[in-house]
Amino acid sequence: MHNLKSSKLLMFGVTNHSSSVANSLLSPHLLHTISRPPLPDDSGFSRCFATVSGGRRSHTAVSFGDDVDQDQISIEVPLQQELNFPGGKVKFTPNKLFTSGSSAERTQCYRVLNENGQLLVDSDSLKISKEVAVKMYRDMVTLQVMDTIFYEAQRQGRISFYLTTIGEEAINIASAAALSHNDFVFPQYREPGVLLWRGFTLQEFANQLFGNKYDQGKGRQMPIHYGSKKLNYITVSSTVATQIPHTVGAAYSMKMEKQDACTITYFGDGGSSTGDFHAGLNFSAVMEAPVIFFCRNNGWAISTPITDQLRSDGIVVRGKAYGIPSIRVDGNDALAIYSAVYEARRLAIEKQTPVLIEALTYRAGHHSTSDDSTKYRPAEEIEWWRDGQNPVKRFRTWIENNGWWNDQVESEHRSNIRKQLSQAIQAAERVEKPPVADMFNDVYDVLPKNLNEQEVSLREHVKKHPQEYPSNVAV
Amino acid sequence: MASIFQGVGAATSLDTKKFQLSSLRSVTGRKASCVVMRSGGAKMDSGSNRISGRADQLVTNAVATKADTPAASTASKPGHELLLFEALREGLEEEMERDARVCVMGEDVGHYGGSYKVTKGLAEKYGDLRVLDTPIAENSFTGMGIGAAMTGLRPIIEGMNMGFLLLAFNQISNNCGMLHYTSGGQFKIPVVIRGPGGVGRQLGAEHSQRLESYFQSIPGIQMVACSTPYNAKGLMKAAIRSDNPVILFEHVLLYNLKERIPDEEYVLNLEEAEMVRPGEHVTILTYSRMRYHVMQAAKTLVNKGYDPEVIDIRSLKPFDLYTIGNSIKKTHRVLIVEECMRTGGIGASLTAAITENFHDYLDAPIMCLSSQDVPTPYAGTLEEWTVVQPPQIVAAVEQLCR
Repeated sequence: MHNLKSSKLLMFGVTNHSSSVANSLLSPHLLHTISRPPLPDDSGFSRCFATVSGGRRSHTAVSFGDDVDQDQISIEVPLQQELNFPGGKVKFTPNKLFTSGSSAERTQCYRVLNENGQLLVDSDSLKISKEVAVKMYRDMVTLQVMDTIFYEAQRQGRISFYLTTIGEEAINIASAAALSHNDFVFPQYREPGVLLWRGFTLQEFANQLFGNKYDQGKGRQMPIHYGSKKLNYITVSSTVATQIPHTVGAAYSMKMEKQDACTITYFGDGGSSTGDFHAGLNFSAVMEAPVIFFCRNNGWAISTPITDQLRSDGIVVRGKAYGIPSIRVDGNDALAIYSAVYEARRLAIEKQTPVLIEALTYRAGHHSTSDDSTKYRPAEEIEWWRDGQNPVKRFRTWIENNGWWNDQVESEHRSNIRKQLSQAIQAAERVEKPPVADMFNDVYDVLPKNLNEQEVSLREHVKKHPQEYPSNVAV
Repeated sequence: MASIFQGVGAATSLDTKKFQLSSLRSVTGRKASCVVMRSGGAKMDSGSNRISGRADQLVTNAVATKADTPAASTASKPGHELLLFEALREGLEEEMERDARVCVMGEDVGHYGGSYKVTKGLAEKYGDLRVLDTPIAENSFTGMGIGAAMTGLRPIIEGMNMGFLLLAFNQISNNCGMLHYTSGGQFKIPVVIRGPGGVGRQLGAEHSQRLESYFQSIPGIQMVACSTPYNAKGLMKAAIRSDNPVILFEHVLLYNLKERIPDEEYVLNLEEAEMVRPGEHVTILTYSRMRYHVMQAAKTLVNKGYDPEVIDIRSLKPFDLYTIGNSIKKTHRVLIVEECMRTGGIGASLTAAITENFHDYLDAPIMCLSSQDVPTPYAGTLEEWTVVQPPQIVAAVEQLCR
């Protein structure tokens, strides 16, 4: 089928060709089913190549290189300086210049809070209130404590798996703070902070981790695969970057319904290598969809360092390749992230354009509880980022300097969260697991006959052999 | 039933040896109105405009006048004639008219009208946002459709050829089929994924795939295959109205089938099989293009004195074991005729399901005629031999009924 596209191209590029030539290129049995589309008009980015005005003399390519003696060609019209190609005029040049794969200077990184917590810009320009800033800090601390305690719970064997967000607290919380609640979030898996900001409780997190009957996901997914329709946060799917096209589709639906909202998707540096990333960005640009693509460039994709993942100047330069406005931000600077996402959202909705944000940060923890990153990276590197570039510490310095926070409030908050978490874990552990019926529900909208049979058969079996099966699962 | 086959002769791009199927009336003496359309026990469609079963149609048309449609054809036959791809388009258009959330996305579906013209005219009518042209990235635009569905739209995703949807396998299996379940029922995915598949006329191996074999295992999806303009339109509408993800399999060679379909709105049941020809001696289960090979063989079989019961299973996932079971209990012999390959095809699953459920009713082992386990060759003769042909079906029935 794809050769059809090229034959269509040939049909349009040459308007003085007889139809018999064009027809011979088409697969015979399709001839009668395909009618020639009408020639579109000339305006701007027209849908096909009718505006290709090359080939003035003949349909073969003519090079303007050294080997053509221009005096010998009889010319009735002046030489072309540029080509009126779809998308805009393209100037010709006799210089054989290959644009370099990289530029001398890397794309600059937007930062407003330095590593000592000092503001580099005028505080008025930031448009962040005390309430929002303090909530941001509180939630960053909550996230940090939550990660530590749940990680420990996994190590103790109480939950089967966990993934921390250590080092990326600013990305999680600050980006969420800059969005509104009806902006749809399509996470990868390292963004529970967005849920936290929107109101997901520690108990709800614990319920999902333990897969008990109060879990929103009804115990069907691995730990950290949170999802909440109420909070407009799509359920985490283990597959990498498949959420990127989902986001574009959701933005498309928002565009169709003219909603005053955008969608946002998060992914890592590794996720940017997938096919879905490229097609998602490309298509969102073509469709002019209000999406924010947020790349958490944390330097590692499990054990693959960024140098083995890509050779471009990070991910921010890829935005330009697809015609998308992009910015690189300091991923450990909560204020820069807040400010960038706020602006990106405004752009996305008002101008109906996708926006790409690359946040440079570091995955200070292991990839997950199934990983020991000291096996492939030096401990000093981890320490440098964990301490010196710590986003939580940095932001704390700034709000303390504003008089909005102090040591006492800090220790109260931390111990409060720890207590809540401990209670939540104990409570979640005690709750029953989802019943067997939940194994078969929601595969379809209504339970079909074959699944009903399978459920009945399973129930009968478990009833006959109760000693072989756990007692805390309702049959 | 008679009307379907009369129209086939007029089709242009089908088999060079035309379908010479004469009307059932002359062969068996049965009237067309004896066609049984079971509606009892079927899962009720939530759509309010559903008219179930052709038999109802045939009866009411004899009595009702078209007083409320003044522009109706003055010809004595009710309904209107169209080709299968037009029937698909009609179903699609009616649903887009009915529900503003229904949208289409795929390659060349917009201004071009689709490679098989199923979406012709829709972009002009509904705008090119609602009938969206996508870049060549099947996994990604399928993902887009899934994302749009999760946030409230009802997209129809067109694969230019079913084979291209192999690229979308990740999204279909891991997300489309799964997210309603893994999200605890929070997000539903009412997408329709459709496109032409099957062995065509020398399209080459890569464009002659039978994807129903590969998709049939995926939990959470439903699969249906259309074979006539009537069921194409009905299944298209049902699929769009369903809240589950549905894969609608069309066949490249059936798009130009002509049939007269009702003017009234109708929606078919996604999980029902279609009784094509009632009989007593053997149950022949088939779907899509093979239905026509079976009916051609049926003519020969009837001349030889056999009375085959032909069922177009239509619903590939789940199987309509009720209709199939009733048939087996009557005839005690089963022949499955499919275009899938022998290994792991629909026939293989159907054989297993029948053996499990109806073993006691069988007088002979189940026979299954499928394509060989080879990539479809390009050469016309070889391609013909890779698809089950009517003489093979006749021979199989003779062997089964010995």
